[in-house]
Amino acid sequence: MSNLMSGAKMLLECLVREGVDCFFGYPGGVTLPFYDAMYDHHIRHILVRHEENACFAAEGYARATGKVGVCCATSGPGATNLITGLVDSMMDSIPIVAITGQVSTKLIGSDAFQEADTFGITRSCTKHNFLVKTLAELPQIVHEAFYIAASGRPGPVLVDVPKDVFQAQGHYAPVTSIHLPGYKVFTEGHTGQIKRAAQMIWDAERPWVYAGGGIIAAGASQELRELAEIVDMPVVCTLMGLGGLPAEHPNFVSMPGMHGSYAANMGMSNCDVMIALGVRFDDRVTGRISAFAPHAKVIHVDIDPAEIGKNRAPDLPIVGDVKRVLERLNKVLAEATAERKAKNAAARKAWFAQVRTWKQEFPLAPSYSDTEIKPQHLMAEIDRLSGGQAIVCSDVGQHQMWAAQLIRFNEPRLWINSGGLGSMGFGLPSAIGAQFARPDKLVFAVVGDGGFQMSIPELATVANYGLPIKIVVMNNGYLGMVRQWQELFYNNRLSAVELDCFPDAEKLAGAYGFKGRTIDKPYELAGALEAAMREPGPYLLNVKVSPYENVYPMIPAGAAINEMVMGPPEPVAVPK
Amino acid sequence: MLQVISLLLENKPGALMRVTGVLTARGYNIDTLTVARTLDPELSRMTIVVDIDPVLRAQVIKQMNKLVNVLQAVDLTEAPAVCRELVLVRVRAPLEMRTAILKEAEIFKARVIDSSTEGFALEATDDPEKLDEFIQVMRSYGDIEVIRSGAVAMSLEVKKLRLQPPVATPSAPRDANGASPARREQDTAVEVTEEN
Repeated sequence: MSNLMSGAKMLLECLVREGVDCFFGYPGGVTLPFYDAMYDHHIRHILVRHEENACFAAEGYARATGKVGVCCATSGPGATNLITGLVDSMMDSIPIVAITGQVSTKLIGSDAFQEADTFGITRSCTKHNFLVKTLAELPQIVHEAFYIAASGRPGPVLVDVPKDVFQAQGHYAPVTSIHLPGYKVFTEGHTGQIKRAAQMIWDAERPWVYAGGGIIAAGASQELRELAEIVDMPVVCTLMGLGGLPAEHPNFVSMPGMHGSYAANMGMSNCDVMIALGVRFDDRVTGRISAFAPHAKVIHVDIDPAEIGKNRAPDLPIVGDVKRVLERLNKVLAEATAERKAKNAAARKAWFAQVRTWKQEFPLAPSYSDTEIKPQHLMAEIDRLSGGQAIVCSDVGQHQMWAAQLIRFNEPRLWINSGGLGSMGFGLPSAIGAQFARPDKLVFAVVGDGGFQMSIPELATVANYGLPIKIVVMNNGYLGMVRQWQELFYNNRLSAVELDCFPDAEKLAGAYGFKGRTIDKPYELAGALEAAMREPGPYLLNVKVSPYENVYPMIPAGAAINEMVMGPPEPVAVPK
Repeated sequence: MLQVISLLLENKPGALMRVTGVLTARGYNIDTLTVARTLDPELSRMTIVVDIDPVLRAQVIKQMNKLVNVLQAVDLTEAPAVCRELVLVRVRAPLEMRTAILKEAEIFKARVIDSSTEGFALEATDDPEKLDEFIQVMRSYGDIEVIRSGAVAMSLEVKKLRLQPPVATPSAPRDANGASPARREQDTAVEVTEEN
C-alpha cells in the first residue's frame, strides 16, 4: 500500500491518531485543499457560522470532556476571528488545537490576498504556536501541538499551515515520539513539601480548601472529596472549579469571590490554613489582595510554577499536578496518628459549625415575585430540572453569576463558562461543542439577551445539526452587569446599556425551523421549561425577567472580600 | 546594579519574539539584548539587561522558563557571573589631543582600530559600568560616536539543565470513545522543581 499522500490528508491522519472524532471550522481560500481531503474522510467536520464560534465550540467540547478541542479557520480574517477564542482558552487553561490556513510559503510576507501574520499575531494568545514551512515537519508539529495543548497546564496551540504544504505530496511515516527539550512539566510535587503540608493541615484550627479550575483540568474531584472528608473541612469551588466537589456534598460551601456567598468569603477571610488547589488567586476571588485571607498560612498547589507567588506569596508552595499531589497528600494525612488527628479536632469542628451558621444566616437563596419572573427564580427552576446533572453553558454577565450561585453541579465538566476572559457570545457556541461531545446529556445554553445576540448566527448550526440544546435567554432588556456597575458606581447614569428590539423568539426560532416561546409570568416558567425539555429538538425560551434586579452579594471593586454588600441599597426618602 | 537575565533557548524562528513578548506584555523595557548560537547550533544563548524590581523579575523569569522554546532562564543579577560588553567609539582627535586620547584609551585597555587625520576609532571590551566611565572620559574630548554591543554574561556556577525527555505519540487511532491513553501520566519523567 502506497503511503504517498497530500499534506492535507497527512494532517487528517495525525488528527485521527490524536483521537479527534470531530472538529469545528469554517473553510476559505487557502484551506481548500484541506477541505477537499475531508470530502471522503470519516473525521467529522462541524460547520459553524463564524470562526470565533468555531473556537468557542471547540472549547465547549474540551470543557465537557477534557479532551483536546480542535478548530479550523482559513488565513487572514479566518485566523483573526479565532483570536477571542484563543485568549479565552488561554485564560481558562483549556486544551485547544487551532489549525489555520496560510498563504503559500512563497507568498508569505508579500501582503497576499487574505494574508495576515497569524504566527506573529497569535504568539501572545497561545501556549505555543507553529508555522509549518515544509511538509516533512507537518506530522511532527501536529503531534507536538496536541501534546503541548493537553499536558502540564493545558492551553491553546495554533498550527499555521500554508496552502502549498497542504497540497504537497509526500510519504507519510507515522511519528512515534516527539522531543521538546525545553518544555518542562512538573507533575509529581515535592515529597518533603507534601509532608509539611500535611503537618500544617493537622495543626490548623480553621482549615479551608480553596479549589479551582485545576481540579477539573486534572480530574482530581475524587481526591478533593477525599481530602475534604479526611480532615472534615469546608471547601469552596471557584467559578472555574464548580462541580469539582459535588454541590450537594456536606463539605461544599459555595463559590467565593465578587459574587460569592457570605459564608465562602467570611471563611476565606477567617481561616488559619488555606489549601489552594489549582487556583490563581484571581482578583475576582481575592478582592483587594493585600487584605485577602490575612490570618491564613497558604499552601498553594499548582502545576504551573509561574502561578506560585504571582498574586499571593504562599507559605508552602507545591508545584505539581493537583491530582497526583492530592493522592499523596491524602495518604500522608490519613496515616497520621489518631492523637495527631484528634489534637485540633474540637477547634475544627467549632470552625465548621461557624461556617455552617454563616451559610444558614446568609444563604444564596432564590427570590420570587408574584408579578414578574425573578432571574433567581429562573435559575432555581433550571436547577430543579437539572438536578445537578445537566450541562449548563453560560454566557457572561449577571445571568452567569446567578447560574453559578443557584444551579447545583454534582459532577465536574457540567458547568461551562468563560471565566477568565469573560467573553460575551460564548454561551451558545460552547453549548454546541458540549452537545457534540456529550450527545447523551441535557445541555442548557443559559444566556443573557446581550450575549445571545452576539451568537445568534449559530442558531443555524443548532438547527443544521438538529442539536437538542435548550437555549434559555434571561432577558432583562439590559446589559445587566454593566448597568449594575453604572447604577452603583456611576451615579445611575445608564449609558448604552439598554437593549431594545429583541427579536420575537417564536418567530426567530421558527425562522430556523424549531420551536421558541417568550414568557414573562412567574406561573408560566416551570411549565415552559418542562415543555422545552420535552421537545426532542432545539428550543429557544425567551424569559423576560425583572429588568432591575442586581446580583448580590457583591464585593465592590477594590474592597476586601469580607466587605460584602449583601443587597441593594435601602431606598432613601427624598425630601419634598 | 545591572540586572541580567541569561537564557538558553532553541535556535528557532519566533523564539526571540516569545522571550521579548514576556517583557513587552508587561510594558517592561529592554536595556540591552544579545543573542547568538551556542556550540550546539540548534541552541542560542541570550543575555538580556533589564530594569525590573526583584519580585517581578522572578515572575518574568518563571514565565520565560515556561516557554516551550526556552531550555533555561536564570537571573544572574545576584549570582556569581562575569559580564562583558563591547563598545566602538569614534573620537575626533586634532593633532594636539592625540597623545592624550591614546593615553586615556590605554588606561581603559581600548584598542585603536582605525586612525585617520580626523581621529580615532577605538574598541574597548569591559563590564558595562566600566564602559560607561570610558565613554564619559572620551566625551570630554568633544563629540563622539558610540555604538555598544549590549552585554553578554556567563554564570560562574555549573547549573544542571533539566530537560524534558522524548515522549511517545499515540500509537494508533484511539478507541471509539476517544479515551486518551494516559498521556498525562508520561509527564512524570521530569524531576521535581527547586522549591526549598
